[in-house]
Amino acid sequence: METIKKTITIALAGNPNSGKTTVFNSLTGSRQHVGNYPGVTVEKKEGYRDHKGYRVRVVDLPGTYSLTAYSIEELIARHFVVEEKPDVVVDILDATNLERNLYLAVQFMELGARLVLALNMSDLAKVRGYEVDREKLSVLLGCPVVPTVATKGEGMSGLLDAAIAQMNETHNLPSVTVKYGWEIEEEIARLSSLLEKCDELASNHSPRWLAIKLLENDTEVREQVRRQCGNSDEILDAVRRSTQHLETVFGDAPEIVIADRRYGFISGACRESVRSTGQSRYDMSERIDSVLTNRIIGLPLFIGLMYLVFQFTFTLGAPLMELLEKLFALMGNVISSLWPAESESALKSLLVDGVIGGVGSVLSFLPNIMFLFLAIAILEDSGYMARAAFIMDRIMHKVGLHGKSFIPMLLAFGCTVPAIMATRTLEHRTDRLTTILVTPLISCGARLTIYAMMIPAFFPLAWRARVLWILYIIGILLALLSAKLIRVTVLRGESTPFVMELPPYRMPTVRGVAIHTWERACMYVKKAGTIILAVSVILWALTSYPKSKELEKEFDREMARVQRLLVSNGDTGGEAAIQEKLDQLQREKEAQMLAHSAAGRIGRFLEPALRPLGFDWRIGTAFLGAFAAKEVFVAQMGIVFSIGDAETSHRSLRQKLHENYSRLTGFCVMLFAMIATPCVATVAVTRREAGSWKWAIFQFGGLTVMAYILTLLVHQIGLLLS
Amino acid sequence: MSAEEKESSAGPPMPLSLARAGSRVRLVCVRAGRGLARRLADMGFVPGDEIQVVSNGVPGPLVVLVKGSRLVLGRGMAEKILVK
Repeated sequence: METIKKTITIALAGNPNSGKTTVFNSLTGSRQHVGNYPGVTVEKKEGYRDHKGYRVRVVDLPGTYSLTAYSIEELIARHFVVEEKPDVVVDILDATNLERNLYLAVQFMELGARLVLALNMSDLAKVRGYEVDREKLSVLLGCPVVPTVATKGEGMSGLLDAAIAQMNETHNLPSVTVKYGWEIEEEIARLSSLLEKCDELASNHSPRWLAIKLLENDTEVREQVRRQCGNSDEILDAVRRSTQHLETVFGDAPEIVIADRRYGFISGACRESVRSTGQSRYDMSERIDSVLTNRIIGLPLFIGLMYLVFQFTFTLGAPLMELLEKLFALMGNVISSLWPAESESALKSLLVDGVIGGVGSVLSFLPNIMFLFLAIAILEDSGYMARAAFIMDRIMHKVGLHGKSFIPMLLAFGCTVPAIMATRTLEHRTDRLTTILVTPLISCGARLTIYAMMIPAFFPLAWRARVLWILYIIGILLALLSAKLIRVTVLRGESTPFVMELPPYRMPTVRGVAIHTWERACMYVKKAGTIILAVSVILWALTSYPKSKELEKEFDREMARVQRLLVSNGDTGGEAAIQEKLDQLQREKEAQMLAHSAAGRIGRFLEPALRPLGFDWRIGTAFLGAFAAKEVFVAQMGIVFSIGDAETSHRSLRQKLHENYSRLTGFCVMLFAMIATPCVATVAVTRREAGSWKWAIFQFGGLTVMAYILTLLVHQIGLLLS
Repeated sequence: MSAEEKESSAGPPMPLSLARAGSRVRLVCVRAGRGLARRLADMGFVPGDEIQVVSNGVPGPLVVLVKGSRLVLGRGMAEKILVK
């Protein structure tokens, strides 16, 4: 048994697509914790591993190309290194593309971090004919370079050895600084000497780094100088003069020249230490891309692939979903049986109808959602998702968004909540907000349950699939139109610039795909466990209270009478009929109680407003339930029509619907359910991801108004035509 | 490919958005605000660097090869990049 001497912190950095996540998973295994960086919604993953007497805490920094103040991710990576001072920064490099990947490494060097470089995918690099002289590279860069193959877990302990050695400074490497040429160095020296006088700032940052950042026009460092330095006017004035001077010398802004020099330094280091046979890392990808991103067949192939994804999701998910539904029903029965059969205990009703009914109905979607996430994780890890964004860019551009926004929208077919969380990959706030706002219009898995119940009630067999497609397409078109509308009104502005890397295609690993799927599924379960639980309880209360003593007594009397009949009537033939009558009474009682409850009253109160849409109070009451989770609509309709357990008697509910409403009303209900009132989980996640209630309320109100107007139009025009 | 190279390296600078698929061009400058120009420089778009245009279908984004990576560039962005 080793005794743990000390906990050390390693920050994992790297470009997107460098295999950073895979390294993190290899290092920490299942000992991970996912949280958020304070104050922002960027995910922060941490994990632990014991190594040679050290407890190593591994913090996964966001994947970035640089360390500017340009995006939240880059700022977070920078802040973490500056403020939390990890013992070592391990920068994961894609060994098949060192030039680009070293750009970030150089910036960590400048930041003064103790750096270890991991040459990841070094097996692939070898196959592609790259030979890296690691000794030479580490001397040129002044930090240890370790080969790794994270997909196979190779090189992890070597990486940790190097990190510990780097922390204890037991290596013999020269200290290296990137030089920017005498013109720029002169300005750096001038600014550094001014910055050294500013104790508060200089205690935490190297003056050279601050000087470079000021020349690069880094908004955050400028702000820090302004706040923390007594001589801030003098410094900023000097920065202005230096910038002007450099602009006249180079004919380009200093930050461009600095970036150029950094790349120059890197390419010098690579020339001396990397030998390549000149084979492109895109050889294989090129062939695949010539088909998959082809201008003519790219889009049809993408649509076909999406069709397969949905087919896969629903075919595999359906039996498991049924199983889960049965399981929750069983749980309900078991809990019910703790009370005597005729007990009217409020606690029993709360547990069975409120908690299990609400949370269970959401959790029973878990299989479908898991399969959808699994398919998406495979598409992401293989590199296809970036291509899908590329293919969709032309269409998305027309509505003022770009291709990247399409990926969250795709997730929304499963569930809106993870879709909104996935907008984190969008760099610009306008893009992100627009995408968040329109995402609920994409029909999620829960709305599919509503369609699945309603369509067969009103449409002949031949029409059913078509109506379903029409609904999905209306949703997609509305999302695109609303995005356009938002981009020309509340979030006006030019469409934002768009650069995205197309990584080479890679074979996804089982482990990577499993972890991605699992993480997303956990978010979904967490949502069910918290918000939906709370709202289910509230809605349960709304539908159960106030109770009416008279109604209850009246029904009890009637039931007692029928019961007596049952007892006195000895023959078995009448028994079934009487039992039937009893059940009927029980259901009618439930329906009348619901009508009497707060939810029923709200439904009645709203009825005048809902009339023009063709809805009555019963539909209104059921829509109240849909706010908890869309599929609750089905269960609520079951109760108002006193069908009893709606899940098992879809057929009789459909019969009732058919008798009570026209086909037009049926369609309007689906239309309204699709657009209106995003579920409570969506509201909560929008509030969190958009950063304020303002946007969540705007989304909620906007969608509800849109639903009302469109449904009103459809219903009124439909009435005129028929 | 070498004929292509010669052909596109002659003449005055033009926006990258006009470069033909398959051609190799050199970056002259980026005409954009400081933030965007900086961002592009970070992604490897520095003056004098070779850009290989992998695909350029109008309308829609371009795919270019810069510093060993394929990047998708929005058309608006490509209009701001001057090349020779």
